[in-house]
Amino acid sequence: MKPPSGSASRKRKLFRWGISLLTLLVLTVIAFVLGMSAGELDISMWDVPRILAEKDGVEYVVLTQIRLPRIILAIAAGGGLSLSGAILQGIYRNPLVEPFTLGISGGAALGVALAIVFTLPAVFGAFALPVAGFAGALLAIVFVYVLGARFGQVNVNNMLLIGVMVSFVSSSLMMLMMSLATARSLHSIIFWMMGSLDEPNTMLIRLTLVVSVTSLVIAGFFSRSLNALRLGEANAWHLGVNTGLTIRVMFILASLVAGVCVASTGVIGFVGLVIPHLVRVLAGSDYRMLLPASFLGGGIFLIICDAIARTIIAPNELPIGVITGIAGGIVFIVFLSRSKSTLKVN
Amino acid sequence: MSGFLTVHNFSCGYGDKFVLRNVNIEAGQGEISGIIGPNGSGKTTLFRGLTGELPARSGEVLLHGRDLRQMSYNERARSMAVVAQHVYATDITVEEYVLMGRLPHRKQFQLFETREDYEIAHHYMQLTNVYGLRNKLMSKISGGEQQLANIARALTQQPELLLLDEPTSHLDITHQVQILNLIQKLNEEMKLSVLMIIHDLNLAGEYCDYLVMLKNGQPFKQGLPDEVLDYQVIEEGYKTVVVVQPNPVSHKPAVFLVSDKILKQKKKASGQGEGQEQSGKDF
Repeated sequence: MKPPSGSASRKRKLFRWGISLLTLLVLTVIAFVLGMSAGELDISMWDVPRILAEKDGVEYVVLTQIRLPRIILAIAAGGGLSLSGAILQGIYRNPLVEPFTLGISGGAALGVALAIVFTLPAVFGAFALPVAGFAGALLAIVFVYVLGARFGQVNVNNMLLIGVMVSFVSSSLMMLMMSLATARSLHSIIFWMMGSLDEPNTMLIRLTLVVSVTSLVIAGFFSRSLNALRLGEANAWHLGVNTGLTIRVMFILASLVAGVCVASTGVIGFVGLVIPHLVRVLAGSDYRMLLPASFLGGGIFLIICDAIARTIIAPNELPIGVITGIAGGIVFIVFLSRSKSTLKVN
Repeated sequence: MSGFLTVHNFSCGYGDKFVLRNVNIEAGQGEISGIIGPNGSGKTTLFRGLTGELPARSGEVLLHGRDLRQMSYNERARSMAVVAQHVYATDITVEEYVLMGRLPHRKQFQLFETREDYEIAHHYMQLTNVYGLRNKLMSKISGGEQQLANIARALTQQPELLLLDEPTSHLDITHQVQILNLIQKLNEEMKLSVLMIIHDLNLAGEYCDYLVMLKNGQPFKQGLPDEVLDYQVIEEGYKTVVVVQPNPVSHKPAVFLVSDKILKQKKKASGQGEGQEQSGKDF
């Protein structure tokens, strides 16, 4: 018998992945330029590189001081949330899980609401809200993890149910806070909850970017273990995967990156749910491809949504959460009904 | 021959319930060993204990005299490959599925399979006759083909011991025989040791070199198929009346069941007659 040529299909797979990633990178660059040109001040897409090179004028200031930070935050938060969704859907093997199903956004929103009601920003300054949001998210994560992973055994179904409950409880507490809050605080809370990429603090933007890129790299090292988990926990175990460790580390990583994103942008829903699904349909479910592709896809999606939010009723601005919900939902429904595929995580 | 896979004073269970208590089993190198026993006798628990999924409460599982728990995860998966009953019918091609068997051989932080990994996977896909299906999705092939792909994946781990959990359940006789013949061939040609849970006593008798019958979480009888598949042992172990006769071609023990109606008729006839045996070889 002719020896089978293993190298041919190996090369084909690596080539396909390379092309897909390259396409996504090109799309990211296009989205970047599009995001730079969109906004109140009319700047043509073709002028963007020239203005950046000249380093001079009002347009340069608008691009680098106003639009660039937003786009970087869009990549960081969109990538981070989408990465988090891809990981969580994988370890829970449930297509409806996203970072916010697990109470992460609920916890963060509660933290922020408490901070606003107790006027912490006035006392502690600009970092008060993100810190409160992150603390709230962290609390929710600890709850889910500790209660869901009792007795040294990780039970993903328990964790999922507890996450949903944490989510419900915190949203009820949120409503309690809101009913007690003054009109001014109420406005701040609602504004925060709708999410925004308008973040004046560059430190926070940098932090979000560092956290989400680092998470991508760490998750990358676990990608083959995540692949094995697609065959079920028992089969992954038989393949020599430390399933308990993988699930724990991936849960903590996915929750932390989502917590950081929520703390810096507020609640931007849908990215973590929709993008990983679209990527699965387009690029397949191999985590070595799914993770970077979800990251880039989430970034592209948020850049474009933010560009729409900024321009559609200019000079005013829509909350980005509104755009991601509407645009993401419609795109997803159209896509799902056309492709005849069903929601899958495996 | 002895000391290859040793289960020593092994107890395990779920929660505070023990399913297995002080089990001792020895499986020989290069042999096909079968675990039989009625439902609820602890076969699956024993299987999960052997794979390390279910931690031992006491006692140990030794492979070449080494405690499984002292091996690293990858080391364990390189010496013991498991063919589980449940294949998640996933959206993954047969080739990708079989390639997963190279996972325990990866170096730390190695993201991509090497060319050698592909060659090994392709070799075992040819051996198990699934090479032609390599670009099909696991969810789109038949149950028998999935089981073959499962075995190919296990072989790709290049283990010394193959553990199978009811490899022939839900399969028609064509695939049952195909799978078991393949296992026998691997055992002979690659000197692969095999341990399998097997429900079908006839197939167990036909293919296994050594049998362990479990009952109530204890080995009830272990030994050569001729010794274990004795009608008295089976009737005691399974609480069922059987007839055991040698297979006319292979001369291995074959087990027959008799319906209640016929049994009653026979009883009546023998009551009138001269006290014939109710069951057994001289039926």
